[in-house]
Amino acid sequence: MLLHDAFESIAERLPGKTALVCEGMRLSYEELRARVHHLAALLAGDGVKPCDRVVLLLEGDIDYAVAVHAVLLAGAVLVPLSSTTKADKLAFVIDETEAVTLLADTRLSAVWSGMRSRCPSLRSVRSNVDFDAPAPGTPPPHRCIDQDLAALIYTSGSTGRPKGVMLSHVNMVSAWASVQSYLGLLESDVIGLALPPTYSYGLYYLLMGLGLGATVVLERQAAFPIKLAQSLERERVTVLPGVPTLFASLLNLPNLASFDLAAIRLVTNAAAALPVRDVARLRAALPRAGLLLMYGMTECKRISFLPSEQVDTRPDSVGRGMPNQEHWLVDETGQRLPPGATGELVVRGSHVMRGYWRRPAETAERLRLGAIDGERVLHTGDVFRTDAEGYLYFVARLDDIIKTRGEKVAPREVEEAIYQLQEVSGCAVVGVPDNVLGEAVKAYVSLRPGSRLAERDIVRHCLSRLESHMAPKFVEFVDALPTTESGKVRHASLRTHLDPTPRK
Amino acid sequence: MSDIKAALRRYIEDNFIMGTGSAALGDADSFLEHHVLDSTGFLELIAHLEETYAIRVGDDEMVPENLDSLDAVAAYLARKRG
Repeated sequence: MLLHDAFESIAERLPGKTALVCEGMRLSYEELRARVHHLAALLAGDGVKPCDRVVLLLEGDIDYAVAVHAVLLAGAVLVPLSSTTKADKLAFVIDETEAVTLLADTRLSAVWSGMRSRCPSLRSVRSNVDFDAPAPGTPPPHRCIDQDLAALIYTSGSTGRPKGVMLSHVNMVSAWASVQSYLGLLESDVIGLALPPTYSYGLYYLLMGLGLGATVVLERQAAFPIKLAQSLERERVTVLPGVPTLFASLLNLPNLASFDLAAIRLVTNAAAALPVRDVARLRAALPRAGLLLMYGMTECKRISFLPSEQVDTRPDSVGRGMPNQEHWLVDETGQRLPPGATGELVVRGSHVMRGYWRRPAETAERLRLGAIDGERVLHTGDVFRTDAEGYLYFVARLDDIIKTRGEKVAPREVEEAIYQLQEVSGCAVVGVPDNVLGEAVKAYVSLRPGSRLAERDIVRHCLSRLESHMAPKFVEFVDALPTTESGKVRHASLRTHLDPTPRK
Repeated sequence: MSDIKAALRRYIEDNFIMGTGSAALGDADSFLEHHVLDSTGFLELIAHLEETYAIRVGDDEMVPENLDSLDAVAAYLARKRG
């Protein structure tokens, strides 16, 4: 069974049903499949073969959904990137994956226009103009097997360079089956997808919704909570996946009660913990909807969920794992810990990734030998405690990754951008608590004598090189940075020692 | 009105726009489409408008028609300030 098989058979069974809704446009399963087949044929015509990598730089709209399924149908490996990706990172990912084809949005041409000459592995670049119109096309005869890679999903790492998480068809189909067994999505569901469908959370909802015969509404105006609420009402959305910032913006609408959201039967939260305060507000706003609090990581998609009926008694827990998975806590020496202890969470199952693309050292750190010969288990790097009944409670991240707006930021990646400024002599980037963002990115910077760099210069420089959520919200100038004896900056002491200073 | 638009442009450029390598933002261009602002960015823009122009942005006014381009914000401010 391959990841896209479900979509193909549903499109056969429900040709006339609405598959996608996006910005006033509606596409039936038959229409969607025609576009998927057309693009898959184009890719094959371009010489894309099974296991070749195809990078996607598309807005999260219908063209993106088409591209995802077409790349899989062509037997190739999907490498989805956020539409906010800048040119340097795009080139890095194309080069590292040796991608043969780039599928790119015309509206983002400023970012990708130079890639053909910059990246030697690229044999073709197709803009969505080439595939956003329905046209006859024959799907390619190539077919990979379920051990082949379905996707490489890039995620921030503590090393500063983003890493490609290798997920096989087996990995993704397994994760899908486990998640579906507790989500219970229905063919009759209307999924309101306000999340970026390029990250794991949104991507799975898109794949699962279209594999089940549901209708997926791609909410492109989630930045305006009123527009989102109007769309949820108009489309009679039944399932709303979100992250804490999304729910906060909806709940902050004073006229939320004036919208008829009674069709919503299920709400899910992931990416970051939903504050207990917002759990209660969400319950009050949507009293008939089930609420699932979930925890996972791109490396295996999902690890745990807290069932709806447990949310009010233990809103700070992420649950007890998920079906078809074993998990346990270990101490610093790797010894299994009994219930009630605190330690690093280890996960075992067929959803665990194959490793990081061409990063043996980083792969070895996360994937270690399991009890069965040849098996590797995932050391999550997340510290949890368990209670007597086995419920998991998140304690801390082992390393210093910043989580802002539900996205991960590696301090090193931001520091490297700041260090490009000649007048900077030292810098350290940490996360500081922030009511809106979860954590805000803060940079401590020391300057060379005579420098006139201002906070704004640093922020602007970062905005020109990094995705906007990675640019510091606060910059503080210091004479010197605290360092360890070996000369490394001590991030932990910075996080606790000074108050954030607002950027003006 | 053009003074206000120039001031808005300066604010957007100073706080959000990626300086190098990006095409110039047109007066009618959507902040969202051009990845100038995201949801948090709009909250910052609203706070800036309320502080600088002594207005109160109503919750029902937080819509792209009022906020999603330099033209839209300038027209919205003109209406608000009568």
